[in-house]
Amino acid sequence: MIGTAIKNREAELNTFRNRVLVGGFFILIAFGALAARMFYLQVVKRDYFHTLAEANRISVVPVVPNRGIITDRNGVVLAANYSAYTLRVTPSRVKNLDAAFDALAGIVDIQPRDRRRFKRLLEDSKNFESLPLRNRLSDEEIARFAVNRFRFPGFEISAGLFRNYPFAEIASHAIGHIGRINDADLKRIESRNLTVNYKGTDHIGKLGIEGSYESELHGTTGSEQVEIDSGGRAIRSLAKSESVAGNNLTLTLDIKLQKIAEDAFGDFRGGLAAIDPNTGEVLALVSKPGFDPNLFVDGIDPQNWDLLNNSPDKPLLNRVLQGAYPPGSTIKPFLALAALESGKRTPSQSIRDPGYFALPNVSHRWSDDKPGGHGVVDMHKSIVESCDTYYYQLASETDIDKTAEFLSQLGFGSKTGIDIGNEMEGFLPSRKWKEKRHARGLADTPKWMLGDSISTGIGQGYNAFTPLQLAHAIATIANDGVAFRPRLVRSVIDARSGAVRALVTEPTPQPTLNAGNLEIIKRALVGVTSEAGGTAFRAFAKAGYSSGGKTGTTQLFSLKGEKYNANKVVQHLRDHSWFIAYAPAEKPTIALAVLAENAGFGSATAAPIARAVIDYYLLGKMPDPKKPKVPPDEPKNGD
Amino acid sequence: MSPRTAIDRIFDVFARRLDGPLMVTLVVLAALSLAVVFSASGQSGERTLGQARNFAVALVVLWVAANIPPQQLMRLAIPIYIAGLGLLVSVALFGDIRNGARRWLNLGFVTVQPSEIMKIGVPLLLAAYFHRKEEGLGIRDYVIAGLMLMLPTGLVMRQPDLGTAVLIFSSGFFVIFLAGLSWKLLISAGVAGLAALPLAWPLLHDYQRNRVLTLLDPNTDPLGAGYHIIQSTIAIGSGGIFGKGWLNGSQSQLDFIPERSTDFILAVFGEEFGLIGLLLLITLYMIVIGRGLMIAMNAPTTFSRLLAGAITMTFFTYAFVNIGMVTGVLPVVGVPLPLVSYGGTAILSMFMGFGILMSISTHKRLVST
Repeated sequence: MIGTAIKNREAELNTFRNRVLVGGFFILIAFGALAARMFYLQVVKRDYFHTLAEANRISVVPVVPNRGIITDRNGVVLAANYSAYTLRVTPSRVKNLDAAFDALAGIVDIQPRDRRRFKRLLEDSKNFESLPLRNRLSDEEIARFAVNRFRFPGFEISAGLFRNYPFAEIASHAIGHIGRINDADLKRIESRNLTVNYKGTDHIGKLGIEGSYESELHGTTGSEQVEIDSGGRAIRSLAKSESVAGNNLTLTLDIKLQKIAEDAFGDFRGGLAAIDPNTGEVLALVSKPGFDPNLFVDGIDPQNWDLLNNSPDKPLLNRVLQGAYPPGSTIKPFLALAALESGKRTPSQSIRDPGYFALPNVSHRWSDDKPGGHGVVDMHKSIVESCDTYYYQLASETDIDKTAEFLSQLGFGSKTGIDIGNEMEGFLPSRKWKEKRHARGLADTPKWMLGDSISTGIGQGYNAFTPLQLAHAIATIANDGVAFRPRLVRSVIDARSGAVRALVTEPTPQPTLNAGNLEIIKRALVGVTSEAGGTAFRAFAKAGYSSGGKTGTTQLFSLKGEKYNANKVVQHLRDHSWFIAYAPAEKPTIALAVLAENAGFGSATAAPIARAVIDYYLLGKMPDPKKPKVPPDEPKNGD
Repeated sequence: MSPRTAIDRIFDVFARRLDGPLMVTLVVLAALSLAVVFSASGQSGERTLGQARNFAVALVVLWVAANIPPQQLMRLAIPIYIAGLGLLVSVALFGDIRNGARRWLNLGFVTVQPSEIMKIGVPLLLAAYFHRKEEGLGIRDYVIAGLMLMLPTGLVMRQPDLGTAVLIFSSGFFVIFLAGLSWKLLISAGVAGLAALPLAWPLLHDYQRNRVLTLLDPNTDPLGAGYHIIQSTIAIGSGGIFGKGWLNGSQSQLDFIPERSTDFILAVFGEEFGLIGLLLLITLYMIVIGRGLMIAMNAPTTFSRLLAGAITMTFFTYAFVNIGMVTGVLPVVGVPLPLVSYGGTAILSMFMGFGILMSISTHKRLVST
């Protein structure tokens, strides 16, 4: 028994040792396999994993450039940056936004306006991005928030540069504004391959100079390599390529002149363009009413938006570029010039004006607004006194296509090419134009009627132009037929080197106008402001300089034979008031067009506005606030 | 009493039951652990001190275990197993649920994880069982042993705690394997097990299935279940041959490795010490295992042989499962890197195992004479 026990024990011990050896062998193989795996990861694939680890660790953060500063021609800042702190919210990390906003009370002042604006931003945004809730936090607010920060996950304070327009409504349409980049902007950025340069940029120029000179103002985005942890928090900076600030712009605008022009409008809506006829530099570009561009910088709140968008005064409409108005009598000098150039009229050729124009076998009478007529009228007098009958007759004898061809050479009916966007072409009627209009269902007949011609003869009827087009045209006349594309930017200044790049435009090709003919027209325009019978004689009395000008009045209301009486007509149907001018007459340095909506006769409102602008520009004379305005419904021949 | 003899006596009390080579290797591993935990905890002194305390407590337990003679240990086999099983059933009935698993039992004054007890309870019982059946083992014995093994394994798997279940199962399996279960049966059981895998698939929890699927292709769920594997392989791979240097691993220091001081600490080690460091670690493990197997081979009784062999091979299982998981060749189960990962329980139970090994190694002379 003992023998078998020992044998058993030995057999068992052998089995055990055998098993241990097998197990040990297996363990060696298993560790060998793991070592092979390690060799594969750390030697064979080392570079691959190294790249992945670096990608984990390093985040490239854009360094957003400072936007260029915009100044007027004298260096007055019109758009600048200021740095401030913003409370931003990442909506996806906040469970109940309203409750969180309520909880902020007493820490950071959140106005209902801020909430409304935030809601609006929220609707347009992807929910993983952070959105501004309140800008320009005070130091106290920052301190209070820092203490309570733990209570507000998803809320953070960030420093940033903000755009400020110190003149607010003044020149708002010309300067424009920036706004948050929206989907349409993104598409444009992508299509221009600028995605990289706009990384980290929240804002883009939307309108005006800010919009059209975006590529100059934005600058070049830099980048910073930052080491981050798994939570995306920056640990340290590894490398940095600095951003290049956007270029500064010096505008052609004179902000003082601009302000005087805007003030001169009083409560009237309208537009004004003042141009240096020798260069095309725009000295003032007014659209009244304006708006405060600062409201748009970080998303406008819905209440203010509704106020602006639904206002019957249409403050968002840039009237000087986008408002097409029948030119009224301001078209007369151009039609007279056309008649001289084509030989249809000589200066001395005169008519007898009975106070109306009639055609044989037509019962309708086109009336002059001077009862009883102007008597014997030659070309000079037709312009000085603005005789309608003279132009009714001229138009009835002139082919509309010829007229359109001549006017188009002065820029009517096409964009002036000013360096900000959204310019309208206006309407320069011709036979072809009317056919097109008919095809679109906007005219009764495709056929051009004689009556159409006669209406356009005094700037009524189909034709409609922007104030800028008229300013451009009168500047061309003032500059003896040499035209320049109007522009708002005088020079671009490199933000780093300070190098100034002047933007000079060459004169645009123009019809060679006969100098003698131009002289005849200009003499008549001077007569408008300087001769006793001139329609702007009173407005330019004792000016202290010579000027050329032409009034205009656009009828919005069909009188049906009655005498126009401004007091009887509701305000928004009252006539538009026009004035075009240049000065000094001998060597013009300013040419302008003024349109005041529903303001009555051109002589009554538009001409005094022009006077205020030219007084300041030529004489440095500030408008006298006590001086009574010319009554808007001056009864006598105002046009 | 001369000072010389005093030192000898003190040495005798403290060290005579300890195994020199094993002790030295364990101390090296513990030092390594402290260095890596310091790095992996974002250089937290508190955490490193905690780990040092874990080792200190475990060392006491090791010393105590080393001083219990194996025969006495054998007598404890049945009570420990019964107690462990009872606690496991209690867990299944009244256990606390943490992180979606029912693993803890609140005894009022302390919360315990009874599955830990079974890591030592199962091989203890099986070794004792086979010791008594010394005269010859029949199929019946293996079936009974299999049942004693599968009961706690099944209960732990249900908690669910796949990692611990694997360790309990392998500790018992190694006893059966070393006891001499015939190759025929082993192979047919293995084949049957493989064949049963598709049947087991529907029994797995969703997250367990995900772990297997993400092992096959981590990029199916790069931010979810696959994230651990992706980040740990990036860390190890980017470490290269020489590593990025202690405290210099970007994946480790910037917190890209989840569980970086516990189950995934190997990724930190591999990133900062490279292939050379990892091979050194494997070498240290092989020294521990080699010494353990030597102790087993020289052990005087069936019980001590089987127990020593099973403890050693279970230690291997720890290392293999963890390294396999972190390097992306095995599914993610909650198994720490033995003696390196932060955590008191695992170090304690492993040191207890090494204490038993040392007891077996130092008590054999008394028995064999």
